[in-house]
Amino acid sequence: MRADRYHHLVVTLLILLLALPIVATLLYSLTQRWEASILPEGFTLAWYWQLWQDARFLTAFGHSLLVCVGTLLLSTVIIIPAAFVVFYRFPWLDRWMNIIILLPFAMPPVVASVGLLQVFAGGPLPLVGTPWILVGCYFTIALPFMYRALANSLLALNVRDLMDAAYLLGASTPRAFLSVILPNLRKGLMASLFLSFSFLLGEFVFANLLVGSRYETLQVYLYNMHNASGHFTSAVVMSYFLFTLVLTWFATRLGRQD
Amino acid sequence: MKTTLSSSLPVPAGAVTARPSRLRHWRAALLLAPLFVMLLLFCLAPMGWVVAHSIQGDEGLTLEHFREVLGSPFYLQAFDNSLRISLYSSVVGLLITLVGAASLRRVENRLKNLVVAFINMTSNLSGVPLAFAFIIIVGTNGALTLLFRQWGWLDDFHLYSRSGLILLYTYFQLPLGLLLLYPALDALDDHWQEAAALLGANHWAYWRHVGLPVLAPALLGTFILLLANAIGAYATAFALTSGNFNLVTVRIASLVSGNVYLEPNLAAALSVLLVALLALVAVVNQWLLKRSYHAR
Repeated sequence: MRADRYHHLVVTLLILLLALPIVATLLYSLTQRWEASILPEGFTLAWYWQLWQDARFLTAFGHSLLVCVGTLLLSTVIIIPAAFVVFYRFPWLDRWMNIIILLPFAMPPVVASVGLLQVFAGGPLPLVGTPWILVGCYFTIALPFMYRALANSLLALNVRDLMDAAYLLGASTPRAFLSVILPNLRKGLMASLFLSFSFLLGEFVFANLLVGSRYETLQVYLYNMHNASGHFTSAVVMSYFLFTLVLTWFATRLGRQD
Repeated sequence: MKTTLSSSLPVPAGAVTARPSRLRHWRAALLLAPLFVMLLLFCLAPMGWVVAHSIQGDEGLTLEHFREVLGSPFYLQAFDNSLRISLYSSVVGLLITLVGAASLRRVENRLKNLVVAFINMTSNLSGVPLAFAFIIIVGTNGALTLLFRQWGWLDDFHLYSRSGLILLYTYFQLPLGLLLLYPALDALDDHWQEAAALLGANHWAYWRHVGLPVLAPALLGTFILLLANAIGAYATAFALTSGNFNLVTVRIASLVSGNVYLEPNLAAALSVLLVALLALVAVVNQWLLKRSYHAR
């Protein structure tokens, strides 16, 4: 009984510790002032009102959504056929793929940026300062999550038997892939997409170093607002936080269904 | 190589008659190409550039950049700061994580699932938003700072200093550590504690002689990931101090995107040293793992 109470106490303290910055930011964003008192004063929604009418914020949010959705579309189009081919034609490659997809993690984003800034500064692909370079970098971030999720789905599917059955019924390879394999990958794919989306939306290093204010994304906007009122930036943080919360909620819900 | 492969794999009968199998595999391999091209462009090419230019001088190859970094008190201070902050925050983070995860296993399932979901949620608060949240709470005019100062609790704590960064780093280590360590604690068999108690071991003796040795590989692995995560971190520190705190990642970034002067080759040398440091950490981890309880 004593031990039980101890464990509950520890878990409660842990929750309080983790919740403190979030609750404080939420309170800050909803009030007019908070000076030297335990609780803030003057409840208001004015900061959110102001934020969601700020054209610069809406543009930045739109930029972020565009880059993230664009990246995920590209990733889907590239990674699904690749994962399918690996499992159907080159199963021995899966072991190597698991190492290859982790390559981007060997370099912290700051280090990668050093090279990216030079490689794409001019020459045939002058991408620095454009959203396209972010799409490329974000692809490498999303790759491990998406490949693993698809590989797990494919592993559970028994691709070869399904494809053989489709062939027997007269389907061509593309047809069999589209109407037999693809529908079975939907759940794993969607869960990994939502998860990647929330990661990418929070990405700051590439966005700030490679593109910066030339194509301001949500995180860069938030950073550029660091001289604005703390209440206002709190409203930005909470809006972003709630949005990713919805995304991760979808991800876990989809992940749990199978 | 592809010919031997295709003959070793069973190919559906209909497919063979439709087209020669070698051609089909060649076409299949083509579907892998975009993925590798993207990796080549956005991962391997920058990686290669960094390595090549870290030893590139005005005329031919040189170790001048490395000499400049290692001979400069300023850059050495950056490494010192990065290492200290990462080390302290990882140790504190791991301790809190261990105590928390051990208790989390002991509470009822409903609460457990709720807490795990909550931890997942808090892992989204990192980078710039995290720095802003801490500025609000414990910044110069933060709510808690003013309150504590009024009560006389707080004398020389500054968020924009090393201790402030350690606090921030520890916070973003917690969700990661908990999510990594919590499943690993299942390696502990509940009967062991009872067995140890029967043999006369108290709580501490059990953890000292059974719990921690069994968990050593998991603890080490988690610690290394936290450490690597902290050493490579940039956004949080940059957002908090606008790049005014001397960390390796902040130095690298300012050498390639600063307003004053750009020295990409020097940044490349710093980058190589940083990645070498991360690699060293990984190697030490492997070595310690081999000597740990499970290996014996």
